[in-house]
Amino acid sequence: MTETTTPAAGEELTRLTAAAMADRLTAGELTSEQLVHAHLDRIERLNPVLNAYLRVDAEGALATAREVDAARAGGEQLPRLAGVPVAVKDIACTEGLVTTAGSRMLAAWVPPYDATVVRRLREARMPILGKTNMDEFAMGSSTEHSAFGPTRNPWDLDRIPGGSGGGSSAAVAAYLAPLAIGSDTGGSIRQPAAVTGTVGAKPTYGGVSRYGVIALASSLDQIGPCARTVTDAALLHEVIGGHDPMDSTSIDAPVPPVLEAAGTRDLTGLRVGIVSELTGEGYQPDVQARFDEAVAQLREAGAEVVEVSCPHFRYALPAYYLILPSEASSNLARYDAMRYGLRVHPEGVDRPSAEQVMAASRDAGFGDEVKRRIILGTYALSAGYYEAYYGQAQKVRTLIARDFEAAFEQVDVLISPTAPTTAFRIGDKAEDPMAMYRNDIATIPANLAGVPGLSVPAGIAGDGLPVGVQLLAPATSDERMYAVGAALEARLAAQWGGSGSVLDRAPDVSALVDAFATTASSADREVTA
Amino acid sequence: MTTTSTGTPARVVDFDDAVARFDPVMGLEVHVELSTATKMFCGCATTFGADPNTQVCPVCLGLPGALPVVNEGAVESAVRIGLALNCRIADWCRFARKNYFYPDMPKNFQTSQYDEPIAFDGYLDVEIPGAGDSGEPPEVFRVEIERAHMEEDTGKSTHVGTSGRIHGADYSLVDYNRAGIPLIEIVTKPITGAGERAPEVARAYVGALRDLLRALGVSDVRMEQGSLRCDANLSLRPRDDAAQQSVPFGTRTETKNVNSLRSVERAVRYEICRHAAVLDAGQAVVQETRHWHEDTGITTAGRPKSDADDYRYFPEPDLVPVSPSAEWVEGLRATLPEPPAQRRRRLQQDWGYSDLEMRDVVNAGAVEVIEDTVAAGATPAGARKWWTGELARRANAEGREVTDFGVTPAHVAELDGMVGEGRLNDSMARQVLEGVLAGEGTPTEVADARGLRMVRDDSALEEAVDAAIAASPDVADKVRGGKVQAAGALIGQVMKQMKGQADAARARELILERLSPPE
Repeated sequence: MTETTTPAAGEELTRLTAAAMADRLTAGELTSEQLVHAHLDRIERLNPVLNAYLRVDAEGALATAREVDAARAGGEQLPRLAGVPVAVKDIACTEGLVTTAGSRMLAAWVPPYDATVVRRLREARMPILGKTNMDEFAMGSSTEHSAFGPTRNPWDLDRIPGGSGGGSSAAVAAYLAPLAIGSDTGGSIRQPAAVTGTVGAKPTYGGVSRYGVIALASSLDQIGPCARTVTDAALLHEVIGGHDPMDSTSIDAPVPPVLEAAGTRDLTGLRVGIVSELTGEGYQPDVQARFDEAVAQLREAGAEVVEVSCPHFRYALPAYYLILPSEASSNLARYDAMRYGLRVHPEGVDRPSAEQVMAASRDAGFGDEVKRRIILGTYALSAGYYEAYYGQAQKVRTLIARDFEAAFEQVDVLISPTAPTTAFRIGDKAEDPMAMYRNDIATIPANLAGVPGLSVPAGIAGDGLPVGVQLLAPATSDERMYAVGAALEARLAAQWGGSGSVLDRAPDVSALVDAFATTASSADREVTA
Repeated sequence: MTTTSTGTPARVVDFDDAVARFDPVMGLEVHVELSTATKMFCGCATTFGADPNTQVCPVCLGLPGALPVVNEGAVESAVRIGLALNCRIADWCRFARKNYFYPDMPKNFQTSQYDEPIAFDGYLDVEIPGAGDSGEPPEVFRVEIERAHMEEDTGKSTHVGTSGRIHGADYSLVDYNRAGIPLIEIVTKPITGAGERAPEVARAYVGALRDLLRALGVSDVRMEQGSLRCDANLSLRPRDDAAQQSVPFGTRTETKNVNSLRSVERAVRYEICRHAAVLDAGQAVVQETRHWHEDTGITTAGRPKSDADDYRYFPEPDLVPVSPSAEWVEGLRATLPEPPAQRRRRLQQDWGYSDLEMRDVVNAGAVEVIEDTVAAGATPAGARKWWTGELARRANAEGREVTDFGVTPAHVAELDGMVGEGRLNDSMARQVLEGVLAGEGTPTEVADARGLRMVRDDSALEEAVDAAIAASPDVADKVRGGKVQAAGALIGQVMKQMKGQADAARARELILERLSPPE
């Protein structure tokens, strides 16, 4: 017996928060199969243009949904999010389901194992809708570096959805999934959240297992939730967080009480610090304006707001762009065509050596940005340069961590804009890597120090695009940023009215997609005519 | 294009001549595969000889996303090895990535330790046989240990084709079962001052290390299976007896994967002779790796190795630092076995061996096996006789170890028991041993199959004795006249008549009984 829903009713379902979906499932007002179908329908319509998903696993998601529905019908006690669908960034290994990391190198690679984060989603019995697009090996801030084409921002299809996790954030923003998994090495969860009007959290380093998540820079990578509300992000955080013996850098402690914190409304007595180095010059004026309004809201919620200085943050970007490529150059060495992945035989060579095959395969399999960073990292680690580059960068890293420590002696939470600008146009920064790198200026310090960060929507800029603010908390005190984020979200929702979501004010993405498809096909016709 | 397995022999100088004019400097790097049940960074089994690529997982195959977790048992073994080598143990150290591309290395970096080894600054006192054959006591030579660090093994490549090496191979096969097996690399400081005894010191060091590791129970230490591998670095510098230590080191070569004690000695000796010839010719020694050829006893050039080889080491970010607590380390110190030299002195006393006998035992590498044989019930004298006799001769002739021939301590104990009971005489026991060596079974099985058993029936023996006396009346008279040693000729005749299957001692008794002077 297949349950059906009208398209309109299906649309309504996709707009529910994950928490509401879970409640209705528990109450028996809704089945997981209905939910999954509703999302699959929407993905089918919108994804060809948005390109948020690289691969949709309708069969797998429906199978999980049916199991959950049957279990629930049988009276089984189920985890809170059982039956709520989720999307997974294509950087986390899914057993039996192609996992590419956005690279040609792994275009056909089927992992024989699940990442711990994926295993936890399965244990929570959440149907996995598919794998989301990303910059190749998570290198980028726009998803333009995906080997499989850019993802489009649901707010404006000519703009980037952020990166590297643009697929996950665009999917959540376009209601193609209520929740998604992201990974954040220098802002890849938070910056896409900011430019798509969604919520994204980078937990404390070690808070979520990295096992099975394809490594970019091991000491910076962290897995986290993408959602439309702070509560939804907290719900997913609690599912995926916690110690994993398979990841030596995983924190052996319970997940911080982030869900409980997401119920916070009153911030009386809380000290919030504005990072002076992360405001003002270089920030788009209306991004700064939304940020200032958000700070005013926190004051009204009872927080005491002061300005704090983190003097070494100015060196964060150069240090990051030494540490990241260094680790990446080593992490990506394994893609050599010997055991898995793309294998290319060099042209014009009769009996190529292993080295020639490795070189040809890496040349063909990696995109320019990946090659750029491998070369940078190889150079930085080379004898004679190590101390000057990698060694110095590690010292800067220590100084940045000390800046955070000093700041957190004065305040409970730090705040800044998440990204200096709203979403830029696709292609705008393609020829200028430094301009692209600068987009992560505010998010990178948290990765260098291992502290948690959360981006929440702060409103809309003059260009009609969403703005995010970032909350930063001390390591292992993730709940603090959720508390402040939830209070801010509630106050802004009251101000905005409606469902309270900034996404209510986004253009109708279905209409955008239809218009885009028409223009594209008429352009095709003109070309062919 | 293809190189033969033996290469072209280089010009060499006579060893005595070489060491008369040059001072050898050695550096020995020994890789020990730990006998942990699981690999260094994952839970895969480490069984030797399993079907290719059956003991692998995402971690040791270096699949995307996989992460390492340190095997605590391997850390424990590393600390115990460090302590046994009189090293200091780091209270905090990290793993590092050694980056280079090779198809048998799944991640294209080896997780190793670089400037923060778990153990460092130690020494091992090794005994080399006293000079000359007159039973001089062994000479003790102190080998300084630079470091002992933890790392993972690589996979094993098999190059199929005529060359047997990667260049010129038709194709190559890789078995990743070995990838990730825990290794401890033990590196000496430059070994100077050994002079003409350098090859013996090298052998004694590897042998002493092997004994120590075996006593620690941390490795199978089977050189032929690669669980203990030695790379021997060697350089020569001119001899200057007035101020030898101030003469700078020469250019070194690194002879890789020398896989028996005897080969360690031969390889060092060969390289001394070869370096000397190169230097005599006014040429420069090329800094390179060398391949050792067991069959021809020479080395051939491998790949150039410069000090500037750039492995782009950096601390392994996927692992947390190892910080053994002082308490834990002291607890492990209490588990150390008796140091081999001290143990040898104790055993010599227990077994009642003379210094010369003990020297032979040590030289034959038979201390452990004799201990096992005595534990299996043999007399110390009997155990020594068999292991340092025929088996040692054979081992020496073939460049192998006494334990390499399929004869076990239990076999020797059984054989010794049969002699002790009077079931076998000496020559019969030798024949039985031959049978055991030939794989014919246990000593009892061989003796039964070959019908070897001393005749216990005195009547047959008495007949033979009488016949011998009758056949040699003049000899009999000498014995009667008190020349007891003349009885030997009669015993010989008796044994001949009995086809060797008699107890010579009993024959002697009977002869003397019959020929005793009348009272």
